[in-house]
Amino acid sequence: MKSEEAKTPRREFLETCGKSLPMWFVFLATIRAGTLSATEEPEVYDPKQHDYAMGIDIHKCIGCGRCVNACKIENKVPEEPYYFRTWVERYVIPADGEAQVDSPNGGRDGFPELKTDPDMRRAFFAPKLCNHCANPPCVQVCPVGATFSTQDGVVLVDETYCVGCRYCIQACPYGARYLHPVKKVADKCTFCYHRIRNGLLPACVEVCPTQARVFGEAGRQSSPLRRFLRFNDVTVLKPSLNTNPKVYYAGADREVR
Amino acid sequence: MSVRKIPQQLVPLALIFAVALAALFIARKLLVPATFGDIGYYRAAAVGEIASQPIAYAGSRACLDCHDDVDQIKRQSKHRSVSCEVCHGDAAKHVEAPDQVKPIKPIGRGYCPLCHGYDPARPTGFPQINPDVHNPGRACMSCHNAHNPMLPHAPEECAACHRQIASQKTVSRHATLTCTTCHETPEGHRSTPNLIPAEKPKTKELCGRCHAQGADSPPEIPRVDLETHGGRYVCWDCHYPHFPEAAR
Ligand code: HEC
Ligand code: HEC
Ligand code: HEC
Ligand code: HEC
Ligand code: HEC
Ligand code: HEC
Ligand code: HEC
Ligand code: HEC
Repeated sequence: MKSEEAKTPRREFLETCGKSLPMWFVFLATIRAGTLSATEEPEVYDPKQHDYAMGIDIHKCIGCGRCVNACKIENKVPEEPYYFRTWVERYVIPADGEAQVDSPNGGRDGFPELKTDPDMRRAFFAPKLCNHCANPPCVQVCPVGATFSTQDGVVLVDETYCVGCRYCIQACPYGARYLHPVKKVADKCTFCYHRIRNGLLPACVEVCPTQARVFGEAGRQSSPLRRFLRFNDVTVLKPSLNTNPKVYYAGADREVR
Repeated sequence: MSVRKIPQQLVPLALIFAVALAALFIARKLLVPATFGDIGYYRAAAVGEIASQPIAYAGSRACLDCHDDVDQIKRQSKHRSVSCEVCHGDAAKHVEAPDQVKPIKPIGRGYCPLCHGYDPARPTGFPQINPDVHNPGRACMSCHNAHNPMLPHAPEECAACHRQIASQKTVSRHATLTCTTCHETPEGHRSTPNLIPAEKPKTKELCGRCHAQGADSPPEIPRVDLETHGGRYVCWDCHYPHFPEAAR
């Protein structure tokens, strides 16, 4: 009895739904068109169409440390002077003997004065950061899959899933990772993933005053990175380890490792 | 009836196995987070979470809407490649609420030397000063405009921009030679160095003026036979002219 009564309204309801279907399409289309024109998003972001990389020109770096400062602020890197996502090293190559490297507070507050030493052959700065290797040893050793290469070529850490075992910190040949003292998870440069996905430059590139840092996609025509790779003799750090870094250095001495 | 054919001792084993398997599945379901493995061996949702972290530096384009006047000045100046937030700090909050949040203004004498203080590791030609002796006690901004740091007049000394070379030369055997002995330098080089380059010596006769056997120069200057010494190389292929070394 009951089910018999209920049948009619249900059918009616379905019919009304069917009839109003075209209206729904129009409604959804307007919403979509509205949001599109509001944010001017050309199309859905397809990570497979991107391959981010960075170029660093040693000859242009003035060692002002603004990149270190901006990185710390943008990414809320702990203030203590031994946690860095990027840092700047100063190399002094003497006429004989080992190269001397210093990086007080990562170069964030500048560098102490260098005495003019007649035996100094030359001196330069080398900014360092995660190399976002195409063949990353840190990802290989992660036991839980908390660090990974994205489809757009960036190596990230999933901080909600990292167990803080420090394997990746040991595995990184560039010393680019540290254990976050509060979160107790591995942390490192993300190429400012939250910025690049929103059409901004990484913070360090944004503030670099001399264009010593260049960001872009190696595969993209007419981009600063393309020009950088065309006009410079580039090297990567520790090429023998076969990590295929995606941070390219121009003018880097073999002392820079 | 078929159950009866299975050896009896296997039944409890199978049961235990089934329970273990079920427990494994449940544990996996509970422990492996959602979206894990959707793309690769990681939590796919993490990518979106990281991509939506808050932004602190608004980027140089963000300032143009409201501060076009400053930008028009800066973009013609030597500071054109220095973006606003290098000096004014992270300003995304200011862009959102300009009246409530004011960016910092680095007016002390400590800030500019982060870029302009002398350091031999800086590239040659980059404008550098020694803050201890460059007009001490006065704010940089009393003479320089931060958005257009034009120089009131061109520097007199080559050392203003070539400090590294100059200070090496002062401790070398060539200390007494002025730069212009060897470099013909057009007046314009001191104001627009990249457009108007200075000359570099071209032939070894330059060195011969003082170092050739018959040169008309003070006798204490060591002599070499210009024809044979050094062979087919120019002198500066072997001797660094700003710090000539021969004894070692
Ligand atoms: C939405 C408009 C708007 C945008 C965008 C904007 N500002 Fe402002 N800014 C203002 C206003 C309004 C003031 C206050 C002017 C005043 O008090 O005279 C101001 C003041 C300033 C001041 C002076 C603060 C002081 O204490 O005198 C600085 C520096 C500044 N802005 C830098 C920036 C930078 C850098 C950016 C880009 C990241 C930026 N602004 C983007 C509107 C804006
Ligand atoms: C080299 C460092 C530097 C850069 C780059 C820079 N500023 Fe400034 N800015 C300053 C300093 C220092 C002051 C304070 C000047 C003073 O008080 O005499 C200032 C003052 C201001 C003011 C306050 C009003 C005024 O003119 O005194 C505004 C607004 C401002 N800057 C906006 C900008 C914007 C927008 C940009 C980027 C287009 C920018 N600044 C780039 C150093 C800089
Ligand atoms: C983040 C680095 C940075 C900071 C901070 C900075 N500058 Fe500069 N400055 C530059 C660069 C880059 C140039 C261009 C150098 C070149 O042309 O090779 C420059 C050029 C100059 C020049 C030379 C102009 C010329 O005509 O040769 C002066 C003077 C100057 N800056 C003064 C200042 C003052 C004053 C401040 C502090 C408000 C300041 N700078 C802060 C990076 C900086
Ligand atoms: C009393 C005015 C005055 C003050 C204050 C002053 N400068 Fe200068 N600055 C000059 C003049 C004039 C020149 C032109 C070159 C020269 O005569 O040395 C100059 C040149 C420079 C140059 C260019 C040198 C080169 O090689 O092209 C820089 C960089 C510079 N100043 C930075 C600063 C900084 C940073 C401060 C603050 C710590 C500062 N100045 C304070 C007057 C001043
Ligand atoms: C305002 C800053 C400035 C002053 C002052 C200055 N120079 Fe330069 N000089 C430069 C710059 C910038 C370069 C280009 C460096 C480069 O391209 O690597 C340069 C390049 C040179 C070169 C190399 C040219 C080449 O072809 O490689 C010589 C030689 C030179 N300068 C000599 C001098 C002499 C001598 C004086 C003094 C009379 C002087 N400069 C004063 C900024 C300056
Ligand atoms: C004894 C002659 C002599 C004197 C004095 C001299 N130079 Fe040079 N300089 C040379 C020669 C020769 C070269 C070319 C070196 C080479 O190409 O290997 C050169 C190259 C340079 C260069 C470009 C290459 C480099 O080393 O960066 C600059 C800049 C320069 N000189 C600046 C100066 C300045 C500034 C002074 C004064 C402080 C000076 N020179 C004094 C002979 C001299
Ligand atoms: C204007 C004269 C003059 C010119 C030009 C000159 N020199 Fe010298 N040179 C000197 C003097 C003065 C000494 C130091 C003599 C002494 O120690 O008493 C010297 C010393 C030397 C020494 C010896 C250093 C040693 O340790 O014994 C060498 C090598 C040298 N010069 C190379 C050159 C070269 C290469 C050039 C050309 C680029 C050059 N000089 C051009 C004046 C000159
Ligand atoms: C192939 C490298 C080479 C070249 C090129 C070269 N020199 Fe030398 N020069 C040396 C060496 C090595 C010594 C030290 C050993 C010696 O006395 O023969 C020296 C010594 C000297 C001395 C010091 C001599 C003394 O008695 O103390 C002078 C001055 C000098 N060279 C000037 C020049 C001049 C000027 C030229 C260019 C015509 C030149 N050299 C080219 C390698 C070179």
